[in-house]
Amino acid sequence: MIKFTNVFKAFPKGGLALKDVSFHIAKGEFVFLTGHSGAGKSTVLKLIYADEPVTSGEVRVSGFNAAELRPRDVPKLRRRLGIVFQDFRLLEDRTAEENVAFALEVTGARRSSIAARVMRVLTQVGLAAKAQAYPRELSGGEQQRVAIARALVNEPTVLLADEPTGNLDERATRGVFQLLRDINASGTAVLMATHDLDLVRQAPYRVIELQEGALVYDSAVDEPREAASP
Amino acid sequence: MNLTVRESLIAFRRAPLLSTLSVTTIAFSLFVVGLFGLVAVNLQNALRGVAERVEIVAYLLPGTPIESITLAEKDIEAFPEVQSATYVSEDSALARAHAELVEFRDVLQELERNPLPASIEVKLKPRFRDVDHVNAVAERLQGFGFVDDVRFGRDWVEKLDRLRGIAAAVGLVVGAAFAVVAIIIIGTTIRMAVLQRSREIAIMRLVGATNGFIRRPFLLQGAIKGMLGGLVAIGLSYGAYTLINRWLIQVSFFSKEQAVAIVGFGTLIGLFGSAASVGRHLRRV
Repeated sequence: MIKFTNVFKAFPKGGLALKDVSFHIAKGEFVFLTGHSGAGKSTVLKLIYADEPVTSGEVRVSGFNAAELRPRDVPKLRRRLGIVFQDFRLLEDRTAEENVAFALEVTGARRSSIAARVMRVLTQVGLAAKAQAYPRELSGGEQQRVAIARALVNEPTVLLADEPTGNLDERATRGVFQLLRDINASGTAVLMATHDLDLVRQAPYRVIELQEGALVYDSAVDEPREAASP
Repeated sequence: MNLTVRESLIAFRRAPLLSTLSVTTIAFSLFVVGLFGLVAVNLQNALRGVAERVEIVAYLLPGTPIESITLAEKDIEAFPEVQSATYVSEDSALARAHAELVEFRDVLQELERNPLPASIEVKLKPRFRDVDHVNAVAERLQGFGFVDDVRFGRDWVEKLDRLRGIAAAVGLVVGAAFAVVAIIIIGTTIRMAVLQRSREIAIMRLVGATNGFIRRPFLLQGAIKGMLGGLVAIGLSYGAYTLINRWLIQVSFFSKEQAVAIVGFGTLIGLFGSAASVGRHLRRV
């Protein structure tokens, strides 16, 4: 599904963002990606959704090889992924429903099928009642649910979440995390970057920890330890 | 409705102020170009009017038989530069002098003999009304045996030539400068519109929109803005034209083709300006 093999990523101004990172995420897995800010979590995600090129090593994502990816293949790759960010990245001047529909429209989906698919994912994230609300009328947790709905509407095989709870209070965090677990339970792989160790301890999922760009711990490979050390 | 069309129209609704600003900027930039164009068009008309009067007169020796003259007239009219050749007999020359030189009517009246020679008046086709061609035709006229003298306002034609050269050079340089300024201003305006939506572009990219999909609404929107700007510019020019006509001098307006060209120019700038700005955004992965 997602496979990193000896991946190096250089910063544009010198220095390494990732040093010799290798891991493999299987279909349907839930994986935490932990580490301090600047440890390389976001870089790993960016390499996966082809926002940045790999410096050396191999990144494979659901059949695509990042190094061989032509610019016009990037949209095809991204349609197989769902991406969620800390800052939601919703379009402020569109309703929840329109924000979600947007992700389908850009793929050239049939107009007639869009409304039903949008309603289905909004129901899935528990926001069907607020389909007509604009982002500013929604709480942080609700906005993140809209973003998750948008990520899901193309039925991705992997959901990438970059600190999805970073801007949320505790209650909203729990809600969003539960939603991600539900999504995973229905078969979608989830790769969630977070530095919220409470969250990590709550669930029995695999943990990959980065430190200064190097993979220092992978619970699927290494001895279990008390917790991913901070 | 087609998604591209819908997205481009939505953009007008979402950013009415910026859209209005773009259209206004485009309109005024093109208006300046248009005003200058009007000046150029009218200057050219005026010069053409003056050039109309470029004429070569070949004075004939007295006693030239009318048959030779008629033949020569035909020959001259066959010159590629010549538009018309008209024979003016001694008598009609005198009649004309009577009519035109009112002050000398008494003097003319008292003449015993008509002192005026017969002549052939040659008019050139519009594109040959310059010094070189006038000279060439004059020389050929001199070649006819019965031609006594050939006259044309050499100084005057030379001045006209120079004036035309200056008008063309100024028109080209100033026109090009105005056009470049217009392109830069319009380009900047459109770039602002694109920058304002850079977040949206980033999000479109994330959810897997192709570059073409992202680009299309911007191109359409840019073209629409450019076209609207062009139409407003024509309107403004027409307003200016009306005022000048009423209060200052009689001038002429753009031909239909020229008006269409201005609107087309606006549309193209809008289109290419958008293409350049969006392109820059899309390359920056």
